[in-house]
Amino acid sequence: MGQKKLMKGNEALAEAMILAGCDAYFGYPITPQSEVLEYLAIHATKRTGMVVLQAESEVSAINMIYGAAGAGKRVMTTSSSPGISLMQEGISYIAGAELPCVLANVNRGGPGLGTIQPAQGDYFQSVKGGGHGDYHLLVLAPNSVQEMVDFVKLGFELAEKYRNPVMLLTDGAIGQMMEKVELFPQMERIDRHFPWATTGKPKDGERRFITSLHIESELFEKINLHIQAKYKQMEEEEVRYQTTNIEDAEYIFTGFGLGSRICSKAMQLGREKGYKIGLVRPQTLFPFPKKIFAELAPRIKGILDVEMNAGQMVEDVRLSVEGKTRVEFYGRMGGVIPSPDEILEHFEKTFIK
Amino acid sequence: MNENMINETGLEDIRLPEYCVYQKPQTLTERELHYCPGCGHGVAHKIIMEVVDELGIQNNVIGVAPVGCSVFAYHYMNIDMQEAAHGRACAVATAIKRTMPDKYVFSYQGDGDLAAIGTAETIHAANRGENIVVVFINNGIYGMTSGQMAPTTLPGMVTTTSPYGRDTAVQGFPLKIGELLALLPGVCYVTRHAVNTVANVRKAKKAIKNGFEYQAKGLGFSLIEIVSNCPSNMKMTPLESNKFVEEKMIPFYPLGDLKKPEVK
Repeated sequence: MGQKKLMKGNEALAEAMILAGCDAYFGYPITPQSEVLEYLAIHATKRTGMVVLQAESEVSAINMIYGAAGAGKRVMTTSSSPGISLMQEGISYIAGAELPCVLANVNRGGPGLGTIQPAQGDYFQSVKGGGHGDYHLLVLAPNSVQEMVDFVKLGFELAEKYRNPVMLLTDGAIGQMMEKVELFPQMERIDRHFPWATTGKPKDGERRFITSLHIESELFEKINLHIQAKYKQMEEEEVRYQTTNIEDAEYIFTGFGLGSRICSKAMQLGREKGYKIGLVRPQTLFPFPKKIFAELAPRIKGILDVEMNAGQMVEDVRLSVEGKTRVEFYGRMGGVIPSPDEILEHFEKTFIK
Repeated sequence: MNENMINETGLEDIRLPEYCVYQKPQTLTERELHYCPGCGHGVAHKIIMEVVDELGIQNNVIGVAPVGCSVFAYHYMNIDMQEAAHGRACAVATAIKRTMPDKYVFSYQGDGDLAAIGTAETIHAANRGENIVVVFINNGIYGMTSGQMAPTTLPGMVTTTSPYGRDTAVQGFPLKIGELLALLPGVCYVTRHAVNTVANVRKAKKAIKNGFEYQAKGLGFSLIEIVSNCPSNMKMTPLESNKFVEEKMIPFYPLGDLKKPEVK
């Protein structure tokens, strides 16, 4: 059993980074995630010798991530929506050069400077690309402070398994709220001896170079196909989701992150009124848990997808069910968090009355 | 004298490798350079790799290549390298050095990369006193994209995007990044050189060696600027372009040390 603590989501992210034997963090302050850099500045270097550096911008921070990841180090950065937008060029390069790293977006309301209140409007950006070219991030969606801890460790494992950046798509509410967490034991910072890492040309081996530049079209197509094959493997091996009450369910609520927790309460209220509602909560947004939705679709009366945006994940839910059940959406934007009562009311209005 | 050195004509056979006094540095690969004939990049690559050879740090150095003509520097330098996004080489080099402080780290950047799109990364890496060497090739033009105006293009100089000559009232003034960085306390060494003559090549090489030696001593950020040519985009022969460097560029970008550390 690990140590139990009451922690803020952002601090838990930072603590998990230290515990996971992370070698370096490069970041830039932005609300609502600045506690990550602040917490690391106090604790990280002192405890593990981890490099913590405040960059001059998110653009610089993500390129520092590229450099350290290219040297085979375990590295992570965090930001919030406008900052993540600034990082997109670098993220595309990281995906193209196949470098492992973990990123976290403590999502706030957009577009533009938007609001510092929580939102989920960056689903498309995280799941469908964000930067230029054909690439995917492996996207994890924590819905508790506990998962802010667990997914950092899991994120590093998956990033290194696939040589691909992993994104934790979380939001301002989970970043700011305090919950009890169980921490995992301190892992050592170790040399991972990646054969591709630029640590100085081996005396008896070939030099290594990290690049995403390939001028010959046919060769570059092959590299693209190799990258696509990794995504296919992720779809086969890394799909993660949780279900509640699906056995007898006539209706399914779905949402990710904070949305899934509110849905869970709405489901409970609905059950008290006699509606047979179940919950499907994707933990990986890419790869998306298509199968569970496809399996449920023929035997249920409908799905209500709840998000803190104008309807983004709902597109993937609809693609998954292929028209075999009705999929409706309820969302709030601009930093507004929907209440369980209003979700249930919307459900009744849409499906019952 | 070894009698094998005398061939049948009675002259020394200087072609035999064992008698060569001039050799390609060991750390340059066999790959043919893609640079235009007469371009300064080839010479700059060569002297950096000679320094790597002389210091014996081939297995201990990581280079960062930019976006621009030298985007493929990693094909020629037989060392571990990373290719950075346009302008971000100093950020990439910062992270490599910070996570591996016992390695030598340098970036190789052109004027568009270092002094336009990457100005913020350059200035802040310098101001943090990152213990890295930055080799800055200033040829006053965008080479890779075929001759557009650079931040360092001279006043009045014709490029494809300043077709009537750079008008400082419209397009601003050339940025003297060396003078700018020399003001920062984190910067230990700023020096400007050229590779248009044999004497200048020797001095430039010495400066690069100084930079690596200062890095070994942990003195901070070094900028070695090399004023260079771009015959293709200047629409000149290599000789004419070297003359342009001598007569136009060097008077505007004077050679020599702008800042030097006091080494005990």
